[in-house]
Amino acid sequence: MAKLDKHFFDIGYMDTLSAQQTPIHQLDPRAKLITSLVFITIVISFGKYEISGLIPYFVYPVFLGAMGNIPPVYLLKKLLLVSPFAVMIGIFNPLLDRDILVNLWGSGISGGWVSFVSILIRFVLTVGVALTLIAVTGFNAVCMALDRLGTPRVFVVQLLFLYRYLFVLVDEAARMVRARSLRTFEGGGSGIKAYGPLVGHLLLRTIDRAQRIYRAMCCRGFDGEIRIVKPLRFGPMEIGFTVGWSALFILMRVYNVPASMGSIIMEFFK
Amino acid sequence: MSHHIVEARDLHYIYADGTPGIRGVSFRITHGESIAIVGENGAGKSTLLLHLNGYLLPTQGTLRIGDYPLTKKNLRAVRRTVGMVFQDPDDQLFMPTVFDDVAFGPLNLGLPVEEVETVVMQALNTMGVPHLKDRPPYKLSGGEKRSVAIASVLSMSPNILVMDEPTSGLDPRARRRLIEQLKSFDHTKIIASHDLDMAVDVCERTIVIHQGGVTADGPTLALLQDQVLLEKSGLEKPLQMQNCPLCGQGKPQLDKPGLTIED
Repeated sequence: MAKLDKHFFDIGYMDTLSAQQTPIHQLDPRAKLITSLVFITIVISFGKYEISGLIPYFVYPVFLGAMGNIPPVYLLKKLLLVSPFAVMIGIFNPLLDRDILVNLWGSGISGGWVSFVSILIRFVLTVGVALTLIAVTGFNAVCMALDRLGTPRVFVVQLLFLYRYLFVLVDEAARMVRARSLRTFEGGGSGIKAYGPLVGHLLLRTIDRAQRIYRAMCCRGFDGEIRIVKPLRFGPMEIGFTVGWSALFILMRVYNVPASMGSIIMEFFK
Repeated sequence: MSHHIVEARDLHYIYADGTPGIRGVSFRITHGESIAIVGENGAGKSTLLLHLNGYLLPTQGTLRIGDYPLTKKNLRAVRRTVGMVFQDPDDQLFMPTVFDDVAFGPLNLGLPVEEVETVVMQALNTMGVPHLKDRPPYKLSGGEKRSVAIASVLSMSPNILVMDEPTSGLDPRARRRLIEQLKSFDHTKIIASHDLDMAVDVCERTIVIHQGGVTADGPTLALLQDQVLLEKSGLEKPLQMQNCPLCGQGKPQLDKPGLTIED
């Protein structure tokens, strides 16, 4: 129970982080969004056995996190929380693809293992960047950037509400679980029998609550457009950030940096 | 000023499942009045309040808010005029920080950003909570949440304030502070509450609702001492009008003593 509450506050911590005032936070959300989208697209575009070429890309999430003052342990925990999805996608690769691809110190490593690791690295990179982006921008600002960049408003508002109602859902669930656990004793009340009505009620209560929140939003003039106080300005800083990083991503896509560095070092030793 | 009038004429509302919410409510509230709407649980207070900001549209009858009759077309103008404070502040606070939350309304009204900041800080100052501005709302205490919820409505500078149970869940001191703050506002106030003592302190006029209809409408002090009326409407006298349970003496002896100690 306490765990559920804790996770709830943990998600809310993202919002607290996004309220900081570092230079990264002050960048226009659109610049960060576009750069991160370019990043994700390029990372995904690599071949399925690629590992070395992906490594240099860690520079971007690390830069964002460090400049934006985001505690790395917090982010890693969040990554770990969603990692089962990535693991499930790649877990059968080592079994299906057994051809030896690399020879490392005499033992062969199959293509399956290589692609599995590649999937994990890609997962850490893309999800890590997405989480960091939200932590240095704020979910509302990300949604607003999407809106301004021409994403249909219906989707943007859906996304915004999805995030808002997530809190509502967790909050309601926490209350119900608390009420149940206080009246649950050994041998009764905690089984599947209690779960059916619990989940059904959760749905109804959440819909009710969501409606009240929507009502409150309407009362304060919400019309589907997202507005935030931070002024939007796509100035030289933003252009520099977007163009600079995107150019670096493309450069690292064209030239395999670790490989070329390796060959330079090998040349040196010859 | 005519544009602050709230006028209901024979208002009826029937819920989708056929339950009658309110039946035949009529009243007229003019500029600057403070009205308490009292009634037992399920009397129709909340349903009535939901009409005042246009969330529900009457099934029958008319409602006029300011210069506008309540219709779908006028909703925006009506919501600009009426500021609504909900019973549960958690329903009202949904932005990442207190500042963003209080700024939500003014931004939607299209105020320029520089002005929004002034307006937000003004509203927070009025409620005495400027220090909370960077905190996330879900981590505040009940009293703080209530103050912020009211500030989030004040920042839109509405002409009419509608509140649903503003004192519920507050500790005595926070309640007292809120009452003083409410008294200092010069808005037209419509307050639905079970806290009849608050009604006595804040509102000069009371509308008693019972089973969806108005049973009485008049000066608060007179109505809340009318034992027969209160009995009929499922209410009890405000505590400050009841006699002292220990000594058997009450403050205003306008009615016969209710409680005495029996040895």
